[in-house]
Amino acid sequence: MVADSPATTKNKKKNPLSDGQGSLAALLISPTMVVILFVVGIPILMSIRESVFRKNEGVDPNTGMVAQGETFVGLQNFTDIFNNPTVVPGNWGQIDRLLNAFLNTTWFTVVCVVLETVLGVAMALIMAKAFKGQGLVRAAILVPWAIPTIVSAKMWGLIFDADGVMNKIIGQQILWLADGPQSQWAIIIADVWKTAPFIGLLTLAGLQTIPAEVYEAAKVDGASAWQQFTRITLPMVKPALVVAVLFRTLDTMRMFDLPAGMIGFGKYYVETVSTLAYVENNNLRYGPAAAYSIILFLYIVFVAFLFVKLLGADVVGDEELKAIQAQRKRQKAAAKAAGSKPQLAKTTVTSGSAAS
Amino acid sequence: MTQPRTMRRVLAAAVAAGALLITAACSSGGTPAGSASASASGSATDWDETGPIVYAQGKDTSGNLKDKVDEWNKANPNEKVTFRELSDSADEQRAEFIKRGQSKSGEFTVMSVDVVWTAEFAANGWLTELPSDKFDTTGYLAAAVDSATYFNKLYAMPSTSDGALLYYRKDLLDKAGVQPPKTWAEMQSICDKILPDQSGMSCYGGQFQKYEGLTCNFAEAVNSAGGAVLGDDGKPTVNSAEAVAGLQWMVDGFKSGMIPKEAITWKEEESRTAFQSGKILFLRNWPYVWNLASAKDSKVAGKIAVAPIPGKDGPGVSTLGGHSYGISPFAKNKGTAMKWINWMLTEDNQKKWLQTASSAPVLESLYSDAELNKQFPYLATLGESIKNAKPRPKAVKYGDVTLAIQDAAYAALQGQSEPQAALDGLQTKLQSLVS
Amino acid sequence: MTAAQAHVTKAELAELNKPKRDGKYWAGTIAGLAGIAFIIIYCVLPFYWMIVSSLRLPSDGRSTDYLPNPASVENYIAVFAPINGFGRSLVNSLIVSTTTTVLTLLFGILAAYALARLRFAAKGIVLSIIIACSMFPGITLIIPLFKLFSGNYPGFEWINWMNTYQALIIPTLSFGLPLCVWNLTAFFRQLPVELEQAAMVDGCTPGQAFAKVILPLAAPGVFTTAIITFIAVWNDYMIALQFGTTPEMYTSIVALSKFTGAYGYDTPWGTIMAAGVIITVPLLVAVLIFQRRIVAGLTAGGVK
Repeated sequence: MVADSPATTKNKKKNPLSDGQGSLAALLISPTMVVILFVVGIPILMSIRESVFRKNEGVDPNTGMVAQGETFVGLQNFTDIFNNPTVVPGNWGQIDRLLNAFLNTTWFTVVCVVLETVLGVAMALIMAKAFKGQGLVRAAILVPWAIPTIVSAKMWGLIFDADGVMNKIIGQQILWLADGPQSQWAIIIADVWKTAPFIGLLTLAGLQTIPAEVYEAAKVDGASAWQQFTRITLPMVKPALVVAVLFRTLDTMRMFDLPAGMIGFGKYYVETVSTLAYVENNNLRYGPAAAYSIILFLYIVFVAFLFVKLLGADVVGDEELKAIQAQRKRQKAAAKAAGSKPQLAKTTVTSGSAAS
Repeated sequence: MTQPRTMRRVLAAAVAAGALLITAACSSGGTPAGSASASASGSATDWDETGPIVYAQGKDTSGNLKDKVDEWNKANPNEKVTFRELSDSADEQRAEFIKRGQSKSGEFTVMSVDVVWTAEFAANGWLTELPSDKFDTTGYLAAAVDSATYFNKLYAMPSTSDGALLYYRKDLLDKAGVQPPKTWAEMQSICDKILPDQSGMSCYGGQFQKYEGLTCNFAEAVNSAGGAVLGDDGKPTVNSAEAVAGLQWMVDGFKSGMIPKEAITWKEEESRTAFQSGKILFLRNWPYVWNLASAKDSKVAGKIAVAPIPGKDGPGVSTLGGHSYGISPFAKNKGTAMKWINWMLTEDNQKKWLQTASSAPVLESLYSDAELNKQFPYLATLGESIKNAKPRPKAVKYGDVTLAIQDAAYAALQGQSEPQAALDGLQTKLQSLVS
Repeated sequence: MTAAQAHVTKAELAELNKPKRDGKYWAGTIAGLAGIAFIIIYCVLPFYWMIVSSLRLPSDGRSTDYLPNPASVENYIAVFAPINGFGRSLVNSLIVSTTTTVLTLLFGILAAYALARLRFAAKGIVLSIIIACSMFPGITLIIPLFKLFSGNYPGFEWINWMNTYQALIIPTLSFGLPLCVWNLTAFFRQLPVELEQAAMVDGCTPGQAFAKVILPLAAPGVFTTAIITFIAVWNDYMIALQFGTTPEMYTSIVALSKFTGAYGYDTPWGTIMAAGVIITVPLLVAVLIFQRRIVAGLTAGGVK
């Protein structure tokens, strides 16, 4: 309660002159919304339609011609993973191809994002401590970020060649580009290389907002370096870090350029849902391809939801919305006398942290 | 640190997306599913209609096609050909053609169709049936014509062909006083004789990365052992004892070190580089290697020669490659398309095309042409290879078939499954794919 | 890592010869320097490999010498060989990226201002839709848009846009616009609302307040957003690959992915790497010049 009211009043104070600007807002927003409707909304509708149809595949035994047209198959494109699995050999044993791609996607996302975060935070800590060469480091760190993914895919493909420089350095011949567990690591290394610095950069910015006095006070209180890190640094950079990690996660889940450009299609160890949908589309199975991309989308939404729920990622970061929702909740709470207390308490905590 | 409100916002995002989806489902209810209106074959084709046309093929790496098109356009100003250059990647070319077929677009009048696409394109009605009175295949390589035929009808005009060759180090074989091998066993014994004196050299290499090249190498091994992926009736026979023996040979090669381990990542270029840098004694590859390996900067220039690929008990059976010209049923000016194709395929033009673009011709007689043989020392061997060559499985779902083959072969080569078990699995898969 | 360790020991030796300031101080400095060295090596080494590979002879494409031997610029000449059409593709990339950036800024500034400053009922939904857009896998948009752009959608046959600039630009708005609105909203939010209020108290309408007060203040943010959007569009592969299918309409990224050598099957590694360097270097220069801005933009640091 204590934290709620300031947030609300702050907001009220914030926009006293723009109240009742709904029509202006509509005017300003509508061009963007129209564009989004056309380039995202309508294609989504078309995809959804596609996903419940299936192209006819029967071949006429006399003429050899394929039957034309499509058939409405309901949710069959989605349920085939259970009812009619296409079993392929991959890293996860003999399982359905979509399931395999799904597990690969999840595996890549978890491993890449964890490694990127650990490495990125470590880089940020180093950079924050460095007195000299910060400009140089910052310049270096933007190199991987600026290189187009497809260029980086080709570059790593050359490095990971059977007779390539990576094997020369490590002194043994690992066949990185063969379809096997090692190719997953080739992908992971290339992805981590490209994006860990990015996380480092965002974390560094978070670090630099922490006033030096806080650390000095902690030192005076006798806090160890580790304690300072876990009690001060991490909580303070968490909001920035969580959002960065969330966006990295969503991006990794859509991974396409890297496996496509470096290893190629139809390699079960590195097939992601995106590349699978692409392959299915090329094999004229538009229905399943659309269904897979919708499954991927739902998965992404689910993960984003988890992030927000478990880690408190403040994706939207809009104060006014928070205030409105808080107010609604209070009204609800007032209406329903009993059972609303725990909810209210939670609310108080959140807006408190979000305001910081 | 939970944030119910933010959570709610993401929920709202999901709901918003969901709402869009629902409207989608409703609004599209009235749209009829793409109605069948293809009249690709059977109906009368207008072979008299002339006018400008578009010819699409993969990247013109020789750079000589443009001259060819100019030559035609000068002579036929009212029937101009526009060359539409596609990607070099076969997969991307196929995707381009399929997109246009699916959308019944006549943008490409004439398409350069890979031999393995014929069945898929023809069955879907994306190729015009070519009547024998307009398109004469007399004197053409039988295998090439067969690969352009679907259900006993010609759907494309063979334009170039391709077959595998066995490149070998003539210097080393001569030194050991042996002839190029005709069988796998002979090849092994030659290697046993030569390799002890050559450090870091393995016996044999081909294309074993998981891609179309593996399908070619696998089909060759199976055919060369007397087996077949699909029998004469089009039914899968890939788990026959002969086919298993073919795959077993490849697997044993990897196990014994006859084929170097890294070959599992090789495509055409990797295997060529390995051969040129002295890593392998024998190389299975396409004709393009000849010029590069004989070039001045090649370490093996002047030390190499070609032979037909070996087999289990006798000469091997190559996989047939190449392209043909197909005509889109949705395009206008099929008369011009016909004239252009027939002009490109005159004996004279095929000869020139071999000389300028190093593409193997489809006219059988050219392989014994003395002048050409002088210029291309491998030509006679190639002709022999192509004459015995077998097409890859003809399947409407070729993309699935080739992937299933690669799955099975690759797993066996990596030692993840036994050849018999891998091919039993493949047999089951092919039975459902080729029906 | 070995390089970093060597660094430590060397520095430790140096430490013995120097007047002692404080053991901990030196340890910290050395660890810091080692860390810095590690980061720089980590980030730059693979890129170094790309540069080295591009400076070899075309026939040495897959060589693993640490220095080009002999060095050659032949690959760079080959990049611009007419057969690759790379110059044209660079122009295409510029046209597409610039147009998309300008368009997204035009739409995005308006929307972001409304989202950051105005109060209206549907704000939650609008923000949610924009987030949802940025989550959507590109592959899903491309499939139906292809059908539409190739003039095969009943009633919309006039949209025959394959291999036109609009076919390349319009789909890129699908990720460019949410990205832009997102960044700008964050920027606008950070500007002190008091300035605007003061302007409005002085008689400005919200529109005037926006144009005269907010926009100049937000210029660094707008600029940063422009760079970030530009780079995102420049680096796009999927859309450019799908809607530009003729060599004249390739963007530089697509052209690079389709490079072929003088014969079939050839993967001209040197040329690809040279093209990669050519594509990346202007971005790098821009990024380095504006690095502070970009870092600020990426973190939405805004005004301090």
